[in-house]
Amino acid sequence: MSFFKKFKEKMLGATPEAEETVSITNKFKEGLSKTRNQFTSKVNDLVAKYRKVDEDFFEELEEILLQADVGFETVTELMDSLRFEVQRKNIKDTSGIQSVISEKLVEIYNAGEDDITELQLEESGLSVILFVGVNGVGKTTTIGKLAHRLKGEGKNVMLAAGDTFRAGAIDQLQVWGDRVGVEVIKQSEGSDPAAVMYDAVRAAKSRGVDVLICDTAGRLQNKVNLMNELEKIHRVISREIPDAPHEVLLALDATTGQNALVQAQTFKEVTNVTGIVLTKLDGTAKGGIVLAIRNKLHIPVKFVGLGEQMDDLQPFDAEKYVYGLFADGLHLEDEE
Amino acid sequence: MAFEGLAERLQGTLQKIKGKGKVSEADVKEMMREVRYALLEADVNLKVVKEFVKNVSARAVGQDVMKSLTPGQQVVKIVKDELTELMGGEQSQISFSTRPPTVIMMVGLQGAGKTTTTGKLANILRKKYNKKPLLVAADIYRPAAVQQLQTIGKQLSLPVFALGTEISPVEIVKQAMEQAKEEHHDVVIIDTAGRLHIDETLMQELKDIRAIKEPDEVFLVVDAMTGQDAVNVANNFNEAIGITGVVLTKLDGDTRGGAALSIRSVTQKPIKFVGMGEKMDALEPFHPERMASRILGMGDMMSLIEKAQSNVDEERAKELEEKFRTQSFTFDDFLEQIGQVKQMGPLDEILKMLPGAGKIKGLENAKVDEKQMDRVEAIIYSMTTQEKTTPEIINGPRKKRIAKGSGTSIQDINRLLKQFEDMKKMMKQMTNMQQKGKKKMKMPGLDSLFK
Repeated sequence: MSFFKKFKEKMLGATPEAEETVSITNKFKEGLSKTRNQFTSKVNDLVAKYRKVDEDFFEELEEILLQADVGFETVTELMDSLRFEVQRKNIKDTSGIQSVISEKLVEIYNAGEDDITELQLEESGLSVILFVGVNGVGKTTTIGKLAHRLKGEGKNVMLAAGDTFRAGAIDQLQVWGDRVGVEVIKQSEGSDPAAVMYDAVRAAKSRGVDVLICDTAGRLQNKVNLMNELEKIHRVISREIPDAPHEVLLALDATTGQNALVQAQTFKEVTNVTGIVLTKLDGTAKGGIVLAIRNKLHIPVKFVGLGEQMDDLQPFDAEKYVYGLFADGLHLEDEE
Repeated sequence: MAFEGLAERLQGTLQKIKGKGKVSEADVKEMMREVRYALLEADVNLKVVKEFVKNVSARAVGQDVMKSLTPGQQVVKIVKDELTELMGGEQSQISFSTRPPTVIMMVGLQGAGKTTTTGKLANILRKKYNKKPLLVAADIYRPAAVQQLQTIGKQLSLPVFALGTEISPVEIVKQAMEQAKEEHHDVVIIDTAGRLHIDETLMQELKDIRAIKEPDEVFLVVDAMTGQDAVNVANNFNEAIGITGVVLTKLDGDTRGGAALSIRSVTQKPIKFVGMGEKMDALEPFHPERMASRILGMGDMMSLIEKAQSNVDEERAKELEEKFRTQSFTFDDFLEQIGQVKQMGPLDEILKMLPGAGKIKGLENAKVDEKQMDRVEAIIYSMTTQEKTTPEIINGPRKKRIAKGSGTSIQDINRLLKQFEDMKKMMKQMTNMQQKGKKKMKMPGLDSLFK
C-alpha cells in the first residue's frame, strides 16, 4: 500500500475514532488550504514539468522549500536525504517522488522525539501555564482560545494579566475572560508583572483553580532587561509552586522567517520553553518554519492557531499537518 | 540592531575580496554563493535574491572592474549600490494633501503593530511637521483595540475618534472625517483592524473605507521578522487596495530584516518609516542609502549627526561655548548636557552608527551603562545651588550629605568632582589654544555634532 493510502486511511478513518479525527483533520485542511494550494500545486507542477529526477528537478524543489521558510540548513539536510533515498530506491522518474518527499517531511517532524504534544498538567491541584513570545504574535488571543478549550474539558481556569506594558493589553485579556467565562487577575497598567503573577498564583491556590494561564508582555528576544524581567516572573511562579510553571509555551507567528529560530532559542534559554504554539497558520502561505524548529531545536509544537474563532486552536499533529499540506495530492493518487 | 546578522555575513564575504588586486570570475562566483546564502538566511525573498545575485555578478565581471586599479573595492561598491537600489534608492517623503485633511490609512496583518505605529506616526507628524492629527479607532474586531488606541492617545495627549465596537468601521471613518473638518485637524490617521490578505470580506471593508475619501497615504505595516511570505502579503494588499508605502516594525529586534529588502523590490513601493523600539518616539524615516552602508559596516554618520542636531538646541550650544571660554561652566550645565546625550537614544545604538564600530572588538556586545549617568544625575541633584556653582566648597561633611541624599558613596562623589575638574582644565587648554590662533585642536567630529 502506498504511503498516501495508509496515511489517508488513518486520517479519514476506517478506524473507530473516525469522526472526531475527520473533523479535526478537516480543520487543518481548511486552515491550511492556502498553504496546500501553494505548496502542493507547486510540487505537482514540478512533477509534471520534469519527467526525470535530475539535478534541475532537485534545484527547483529546493527553491520551493526555501520559499516555504524552511530555511537554508534544514533544506540542505532534507535535499541530501532525498538524494540518498532516490538513489537507494533507484527512482528514475518523478511520478514516485511525491510520496518520498512527504515521507521525508514527516520523518523530520518526528525525528527522534518523544512526541509530547499534550499539555503536561497536574492530575490534581494547580497547574500553571506561562505564555511568552515577541510582540504581536498572538499571545493574548491564544490564551483566550486555550482557556476556552480547557474549560470545555471541565477544568477550572483562571487568567493572569501579566502584560502590564502594552496599552490595552489588560482590557484585551479581560474581554477574553468575559467571553470564555473565567476570572482574570489583574493590576493596573504599568505595575510590576512579577507582582501580578504572585497575586494570581495566590488567588488560584486559594480558589482551588485547576489551571492558571499567565499572559506576559511581548518582548523582542534581544532586549536584555526585558528578558531578565521574564526570568524574574518565571522565578516568582516557581517559588510559589515548586514544579511550576508546568508549561512554558512560546507563541510564534507562522509568518515569521528565520528569526523564529533565534526567538525559540533565546526564550528557551531564559524560561525553559516546553512547547510552541504556532499562531496565524491560516494566513501564511507557508508553514515551513515548523520544520526548521523541530529539526533544530527539538521543542515540540503543541498547538496551532488556525483561525479567529474561539475553537480555532488545535493540538498539533505532525501527520495531520503534512496531510494538510498534501491533501490534494492524496486524492489525486487515490483516483489513479 | 537589525540587519546585524546579514551585515556580519556580508562584511565577512566582502572582506575577502576587498583587497584583491585581481578579481577573477571564479572569485565573484565564490563570493556570490556566500552572498546568496547570507541573503536567504536573512529572509530576503528567493526571487529577489536571484535577481540581486544576477545583477551584481554581471556588473562585477564587467570591464570596469577588471580595468580598475582597485577591483576589490570596486566590487564592494557595486554590492552597496545594488543593495541601496534594492531598498529603494532615495528616501521617500510623506505626501500631504494640498486640501487638508491629509488622510492616512494604516493596514496590515494581525500583530504587525498598526495601532502602536499609528500613535508613533501621529507623534512624529505633530513634532516634526507641526500637524494636528486625529486618530481614528476603526479596529472593532480585536478585543480592546479601541482602548489601546485611546490609551496611546492619552499618553500623547492626542484626540482619538472612537465609536465603540458596535458601529461599522466604514461609518466610524465617515463620522471621523466630519469631526476632523469641524475641529480643523489637518491629518487623519485611520487605524484599521489586522486582517489576512486572503480574507475577502475584510479586504472589501478596506476598499469601502478607501472609497469614503481618497487617502493620501495607505501604509502597509509589516513586521520586520516576516519570512518569505512578506512579499505575497505586500502584493495582495497592494493589488486589493493599493498601498503607497510601507512601515517596517520591530526592526530593533535581531532580525536580519530581509523583508525590508524584498518588499520594495517586488512591489516598487517605498519603505517610509521604520519602528525602532517600544517608546512612542521610536519611529524613524527610512534612509535606504544609509541602511545599505550600515549593513556593509560603513557606518551611518548622517543619521548620527541628524540625531544630534534634532536634540541639541543651537542657542544653548552657543551659550555653552561661551561658558567653556569664561570658565563659568557649572554642574547645572553638566546636567543639561547629560540630558541631551540621553535624549539621543540608547548609547549603544548611537555607537553602532559610527563607521567601523562593528569591527572594534568587544564593542558589538558593549552595553553602555546608562545607570552610571543616572547616578551622576542623582549626585548633582543632591547638591545645593551654591555647591553646583562653586564646587570648591564641597568639603567632607557636605560630601557625606550628598552621598546620603543620592544613595551613592563618598568615593562616587570624589570621582565625579575629579572628573568635573579635569573637564574644566581640558576646556581651558582648548580655548587657550584656539585663542592663540594656533592649529585648532578639536576633538574630531565633535564640534560638528554639537552645532
